[in-house]
Amino acid sequence: MIIIQGKGVSAGVAGGPLYFYRRAENTLRRYEPEDREAEWERFKAAQAKAVEQLGDLAEKARIEAGDDAAMLFETHQMMCEDLDLEEAVESFIKESGINAEAAVADACAMQAEAFAAMDDDYFRARAADVKDISGRLVGILAGVVQGGIDSDVPVILASDDLAPSETIQLDKSKILGFVTSGGSGSSHTAILARTMGIPAIIGVGEQLKEEYEGRPVIADGSIGNVVVDPDEETAAKLMKKREEILKRQEMLKALKGQPNVTKDGQSIRIYCNIGNPEDVPPVLENDGGGIGLFRSEFLYLNCDDFPTEDYQFEAYKKVLSDMGGKEVVIRTMDIGADKQIGYFDLPKEENPALGNRALRICLNRPEIFHTQLRALFRASAYGRLSIMFPMVTSVWEVREAKAACEQVKKELTEEGTPFSDEVDLGIMIETPAAAVISDRLAKEVDFFSIGTNDLTQYTLACDRQNNNLGRFFNAHHPAVLRLIKLVAENAHKNGIWCGICGELGADLELTETFLSMGLDELSVSPRAVLPLRQKVRETEVAACRERLMGELMGDRTED
Amino acid sequence: MKSFEYTITDPVGIHARPAGLLVKEIKNFAGNAVTIVKGDKSVNALKLMALMQMGIKQGDTITVQVEGPNEDSVAAAIENFLKANL
Repeated sequence: MIIIQGKGVSAGVAGGPLYFYRRAENTLRRYEPEDREAEWERFKAAQAKAVEQLGDLAEKARIEAGDDAAMLFETHQMMCEDLDLEEAVESFIKESGINAEAAVADACAMQAEAFAAMDDDYFRARAADVKDISGRLVGILAGVVQGGIDSDVPVILASDDLAPSETIQLDKSKILGFVTSGGSGSSHTAILARTMGIPAIIGVGEQLKEEYEGRPVIADGSIGNVVVDPDEETAAKLMKKREEILKRQEMLKALKGQPNVTKDGQSIRIYCNIGNPEDVPPVLENDGGGIGLFRSEFLYLNCDDFPTEDYQFEAYKKVLSDMGGKEVVIRTMDIGADKQIGYFDLPKEENPALGNRALRICLNRPEIFHTQLRALFRASAYGRLSIMFPMVTSVWEVREAKAACEQVKKELTEEGTPFSDEVDLGIMIETPAAAVISDRLAKEVDFFSIGTNDLTQYTLACDRQNNNLGRFFNAHHPAVLRLIKLVAENAHKNGIWCGICGELGADLELTETFLSMGLDELSVSPRAVLPLRQKVRETEVAACRERLMGELMGDRTED
Repeated sequence: MKSFEYTITDPVGIHARPAGLLVKEIKNFAGNAVTIVKGDKSVNALKLMALMQMGIKQGDTITVQVEGPNEDSVAAAIENFLKANL
């Protein structure tokens, strides 16, 4: 029995044979075929097959990730049929007399070199596209297994790390879990595993050996280890753990489609936090009622320069249409503090958390804000959009942000560009200032969403990234909870709704407290929706409200 | 032969996506040969990779030559395409 230790990036336990992902390049053969004409025909057939596969992938990508993603595969399709490439392959096969696999690999290598020699980073990177199509054509010619898994039974899939084009074509019915030598928590493998709800262990490095191929393993994503050739006792223990996890998941699944209502009939909306259009499927899978926080700054973090209006528009539109009319709250970009971006060219600050960030940048640099608002309002025609501004401290900031929205709406009207007239505008309450004047702010907006991570940091004067503050950073601190209560009351007095989109929303120890305060919405990560729903449905607010609110507002001395 | 000049405004130049779209566009006009000329280099616009390898950047002026039975309308269509995408 061998134990491989890595980092678990997707929880769950699964057991099965370990198989390595098969890449076509590993199997390139070189020889001189007898019939050159037949070899050329073999290439033509493989080319047609590749074009067909890429067409299917483009359609799949279009459904899963939109037109832009599909275009990648369509470009590859055209590269496969490129006239220069075809001529080179033809001459290698018919004149030099080599086999089709070798001809394709050599012809593609020439094209890749031509790209690699260009003086522009973008074009140099296209060498990777040529290598990708080379791999595909060679794979088809050499009869490499479709989907990269050479097994009839489902396996624990081992690899270095998987590229996006590889993860998208994996035969998912054959995968029980992932083990990778490289990778990161945000790699495609990790994202795919979390979406599929199967274990993934990454970063195991050289512990992963080819000789383990085909041997029985058990992967435990919750603690990040993989046991090769487990003994009976270990296997029994892990399989029991697996049963328990599955049973719990199964029980939670029964809550899909059920309302978030307490025993005494109080309901609350449970929405999800996302950072990318690709995060929508897990939201729907876990029955999230909407998106309570789309962190639009991730679009900025993914780009090397300011994302264009069209690029943003496509991303927002995709989320709105995929959510099919359910509410989607998009937060305007929250750059600054812990999320710094080079191309913003922001001066270095002593205290970035108290510095130029989020709405402050937007109001100081209206051109950046304007592009984002235009993209948002254009996208509003495709679903139910709400826009939320982060890092508010004063009423004038909100008025200025609203004026910027009015300006954009006026422009779009004049251009005849469609947008929705019913976009709600709200703000994040994440500074003590905003919480204290929430009675006034409530008159300006349609909703509040409390960002508890920042509200805690600013209220308690505790840097949330400083690991040494431990017990001082207490999100359950009565000052934080009293502010949340105050904000909810001021919202309701003014007839607007109030939710929480910070980590605290998913904290089951506080669910009763939040219900007692009458919060209207909690926005949490997709996998937290069903456990939270279960907690809500077990709660009887009338039985705990008086006690909890009394404890919070009364004069106790022990906190 | 019909020809016109165009100056690229896209910040990345003729990159994969518009190059692909351009090839797609030109495939609609079978029977017409389209050549892209930049400086002393020229390329058949149907050759995607060769087109990309010209390394045409923002601010570069290219000459588009169209030869064929409907060269006028094809040239006009390509000019519209370039304005919209590049």
